[in-house]
Amino acid sequence: MTRKLGWFLAGGLLVALLLAGVVSNFASGSPDGLDATAREGCTFGADGEITGGTCMAQRERDHQMKDSPLADYGIRGVHNEAVSTGLAGAAGVLITFGIGAGGLWLVRRRERKAA
Amino acid sequence: MDAQAMHIANGIVNGPVSAIFVVFAVAVLAVCVRRARADLDDRLAPMAGLVSAFIFAVQMLNFQVLPGVSGHLLGGTLAVILVGPWVGALCVSTVLIVQCLLFADGGLTAIGLNITNMALLGTAAGYLLVAGLLRVLPKNPGGLGVTAFAASVVSVVVASQGFVLEYALGGTTDLSLPWISGTMAGVHVLIGIGEGLIAATTVATVARVRPDLVYALRKFRKPVVLEEVAA
Repeated sequence: MTRKLGWFLAGGLLVALLLAGVVSNFASGSPDGLDATAREGCTFGADGEITGGTCMAQRERDHQMKDSPLADYGIRGVHNEAVSTGLAGAAGVLITFGIGAGGLWLVRRRERKAA
Repeated sequence: MDAQAMHIANGIVNGPVSAIFVVFAVAVLAVCVRRARADLDDRLAPMAGLVSAFIFAVQMLNFQVLPGVSGHLLGGTLAVILVGPWVGALCVSTVLIVQCLLFADGGLTAIGLNITNMALLGTAAGYLLVAGLLRVLPKNPGGLGVTAFAASVVSVVVASQGFVLEYALGGTTDLSLPWISGTMAGVHVLIGIGEGLIAATTVATVARVRPDLVYALRKFRKPVVLEEVAA
């Protein structure tokens, strides 16, 4: 890896860390396009539970990983919401970079191209 | 309550159809790995890691598109332009798998559905548009930005209709499909415009700083290199 590519990667990762670690706290809390469409037609109670109507989300089930320490983009046990979201986001960026770069490094073509 | 779920949850589409799409996604991803091998060299692999990490970060940034409705980038077009279609599909899949397993976002049962829509359909649509548009548009940061914008809008709407197809096959309630299709398409045009602006800014910036790292510009550079060698 050339030194210049190293600098580009470091800069890019820094931007991603800032976006996931800081800017994420200013993201909209509204349901996204899919979720909003899935909820349309149902009425919801104070805790977000479905109280009536017909909508795509009414047979929705819990996530198998709902007890993950990073579930719902927060760190379990950290009660300051901004810190919790920010740390979870930063962790996600580093983990995703590691798995993406590492996984594709393993499948890259090995032989040097004859010049 | 913060809405943190961004992808298809468990139980929206029934088990058998979800299982069929897991098989479909695995099969197509296997093809992607084979084809990606030809593209992946010592430079593209770390670049693909960065693209995955960047898409993960930007997917956290929900932006308001209508009162009470938000949207976020899916990332297929961005990935296609920076690392190519095969590696790009693997990048978006990596993000979805990390989100599902660690962040409890996008049901584990629904992982095949989510990968099919966002990593496969969205990326394929983005690739077709990018390949077509770059034949006619200038191969500079501006042309790349316009390409990224237009391809993102189409790619996001196509991905949303992938969900409609899956719901038609295995939806767990009896709702009008034309209504679902129209509602999903309408809101995803708006989300696509948001994604387009983010993707355009990103690829134009990379094209300005390091044009050699933009996969979509590769094949337009090669002939020049050959001429130089010949001369």
